[in-house]
Amino acid sequence: MVTRGFSSGRKPPTDTDARIPPGQYLEQGFPVLSAGPTPRVRTEDWSFTLKHGPRPIKKWSWTEFNALPLTKMTRDIHCVTAWTKFDTAWQGVLVDDFLADAGIEPPSPFTLALSFDGYATNVPTKDLTAGKAMVALLYEGKPITPDHGGPARLLVPHLYFWKSAKWLNGLQFTERDEPGFWELRGYHIYGDPWREQRYTGDP
Amino acid sequence: MSDGPAAQSPWQTVTISRIEKRTPRVTSFFLQPSRPFAYRAGQHVDVRLTAPDGYQARRSYSIASAPEAGETIELAIERLDDGEVSPFFHDIAAVGDEFELRGPLGGHFVWSDSDGGPLLLVGGGSGVVPLMAMIRHRAARRSAVPVALVFSARVWDEVIFRDELIDFHDRRDGFDLVLALTREPARRPADYSRRVDAAMMEQSMVRLPAPPRFAFVCGSNAFVSAAAQALIDAGVPGSLIRTERYGV
Repeated sequence: MVTRGFSSGRKPPTDTDARIPPGQYLEQGFPVLSAGPTPRVRTEDWSFTLKHGPRPIKKWSWTEFNALPLTKMTRDIHCVTAWTKFDTAWQGVLVDDFLADAGIEPPSPFTLALSFDGYATNVPTKDLTAGKAMVALLYEGKPITPDHGGPARLLVPHLYFWKSAKWLNGLQFTERDEPGFWELRGYHIYGDPWREQRYTGDP
Repeated sequence: MSDGPAAQSPWQTVTISRIEKRTPRVTSFFLQPSRPFAYRAGQHVDVRLTAPDGYQARRSYSIASAPEAGETIELAIERLDDGEVSPFFHDIAAVGDEFELRGPLGGHFVWSDSDGGPLLLVGGGSGVVPLMAMIRHRAARRSAVPVALVFSARVWDEVIFRDELIDFHDRRDGFDLVLALTREPARRPADYSRRVDAAMMEQSMVRLPAPPRFAFVCGSNAFVSAAAQALIDAGVPGSLIRTERYGV
């Protein structure tokens, strides 16, 4: 359905078209979205816990976690509120690398990412491994600011960005795909931007 | 609160039935859905516009009307000069025009009178829109839940829904309006002429008979960050604060 009088003046150049998922627009800034106030987590109070169900597998302090191999990832990110930002540059610890440090293979097919403010979001484990995801510690070479999820946030760039949980403090392996905060509030259980899986019930 | 999964809400055609200018920069569009839907105060809709070459733009807008208002929903849209969708609404859209809409959406920034209170609402500019839906819902339900709204605008003439809010306030039935004008002197006795801060939040909470059970904050990112911090500094637990930020 064509909207009377609406023109595609803002349509991005064709060479970038292929990088913008359906229903998204290109954003130059970096908007901030969250469900509540911004937690201020000091790195001396920070820790990261890997769990299988309720059972802790391994816990890292900020210093210990920063001693793990750091990897660079520069990726396009896609927010469900319809902005896409190209070439965001992160550094952090690949999920593969801290699993190796813990000496485990992923014990279950699903994962919940957990945050200091009680936020949780679910991601299939296979979407976190094989170099697909990291716990990011730096954005454009600098510590991630609190409003963007610092000290550490999950980065799962191939899914809508609410899956990249801010203020991350743990990953919990679960036997079933357990919906997280937004997934219980009308957002899609998986969230693939290329299939435009924004809301519950989207194909 | 009732945070059930949203039912699937496919795109549908809506028709503009009325247009009403609210302030120099904000205009309300009243929309008749082809398939009317129920919603909760605070929810939003996605709007999708399509150009002749197939290019589509979509944006989210909060619903300003109360769930009790009938089939027609009201969106109050601020004109962003460098925007893509809001200039279309302000400069081109006319009564009778159709476009696509999907909703209702969002299950976090919502309130019903059955959720109880007291309620502390903090809005900056067009961030008042979802809060207005809550205030109108309260009025429509004749709810006794105490509500204080701290509403920050640049100047008196940019106070969206000003007459209606003052009318609600003057009923003295438990709704209090506090205006914080950032670029003009205050006009009402209890209003402020400065940006929101912790002292303002403390003084506004005194207007409630008990500490707030929920606080809702909506506006630009900078406004929400400052207002949420002011609430925390005023002693409101972060777990009670729900925020909604207008993206960019």
